[in-house]
Amino acid sequence: MVNKLTTLAEALEDIDDNAGIMIGGFGGSGAPIELIHALIDRFRATGHPRNLTVINNNAGNGSVGIAAMIWAGMVGKIICSFPRSSNADAFNTAYRSGDITLDLVPQGTLAERIRAGGAGIPAFYTPTSAGTELANGKPTAVFDGKTYVQERSLKADFALVKAHQGDSAGNLTYRMAARNFAPLMAMAAKTTIVQVGNLLPVGAIDPQAVVTPGLFVDRIVAVPDPQQEEFLVREGAVY
Amino acid sequence: MNTPTKLSGAQIAWRAAQDIQDGSYVNLGIGLPELIAKFQPDGRSVTYHTENGVLGFGKAPAPGEEDWDLINAGKKAITLNPGASFFHHADSFAMVRGGHLDLAVLGAYQVAQTGDLANWSVGPKGVPAVGGAMDLVHGAKRVAVITDHTTKDGQPKLLRACTLPLTGMNCVTRVYTSLAVIDVQPEGFVLREKLPELSMDDLARVTDAPLHLDGPIVDLIVPEVSND
Repeated sequence: MVNKLTTLAEALEDIDDNAGIMIGGFGGSGAPIELIHALIDRFRATGHPRNLTVINNNAGNGSVGIAAMIWAGMVGKIICSFPRSSNADAFNTAYRSGDITLDLVPQGTLAERIRAGGAGIPAFYTPTSAGTELANGKPTAVFDGKTYVQERSLKADFALVKAHQGDSAGNLTYRMAARNFAPLMAMAAKTTIVQVGNLLPVGAIDPQAVVTPGLFVDRIVAVPDPQQEEFLVREGAVY
Repeated sequence: MNTPTKLSGAQIAWRAAQDIQDGSYVNLGIGLPELIAKFQPDGRSVTYHTENGVLGFGKAPAPGEEDWDLINAGKKAITLNPGASFFHHADSFAMVRGGHLDLAVLGAYQVAQTGDLANWSVGPKGVPAVGGAMDLVHGAKRVAVITDHTTKDGQPKLLRACTLPLTGMNCVTRVYTSLAVIDVQPEGFVLREKLPELSMDDLARVTDAPLHLDGPIVDLIVPEVSND
């Protein structure tokens, strides 16, 4: 099998300006803090990548992770369902000043658009958002007497994902509710980069327990004892 | 002028909890609806769904016992009940939109007599945040709202037509407020229960849409409950 192991810095070095990046996590659970912070390090050292489009459920909290990317000035657009958090100053400031644009997507539609992107389905119909502002400009159709909205699939250049266990072939498991968007994003990006808490030898993960098969994963970085965004926010950490 | 009595948020949640059927699968929205789980009547087995990928969660952990990979949609730490499961977001919303939940309970800025709900945007001045609400209003067999009867400045929240951006159309089936329990039916709002000391005129004054009657009005009597 292909060995997909690499280092934090090498894993991120080909992320270019204007790239679309899916970032796993729902609030702090599943947020790949070490990958995000390594990308910020690269931006601070080189000025790149900039004007990124970030796809996440949220829009950052406090001054770490995605919020730190926004404060650093790397993000031009956010596609998310819920930009509110306990401390959304980074997003709110950039949004109100016009430095960042927001594409607000209902959470289930966001998940399904990403899943469809990874599954080769260009569009689908959902009842979600029918009759609301968020359906403006989208085709609708009536099936069995009910109105549905056409939604296009969503893909990205890169996905940054946090997994619990992984092997060098890219097979992954996730820890509790930290799974959230990660398996979908891993399918929908051209290049999927994963930080793994417990790196195991190929064959050590029970095939029945694998959630994301290695086929969807391009790069694996071992990050033992990863930081938890919620702890960082609560202690007022600034990256 | 004496301030009319009204139910606290916890009391509204208590009342809503009495209607949750044994054996049901339920999603509780962020904020006030989350309180409902606390007031689940003894002897009923209810499985709670949270859209970030957990079915079968239980009480909040003791302070210091939180695991921040185990949270609900409001990003609050939770615990698991026996038989719980984890799944990714697409499966979670298949449960929602696929009609597999018996009940979703949401908060509201406004509810219209047609069952339209507005709860995600206060218009161009605010930062909008939709989350899972637009998905939750489709698919759950019943969509209930719990809310104060009026806004903080006393404006009606139960309206002929919503003035704020809609979350969904014709989706709400029952509203639990600080003053009353009201069903949404083809003819509009149908009053089921109201605080006994509140006159029909008092209630009509703080409700924009007409209140229809269909059978006796039950006294809305809720014990003193606290939200901690």
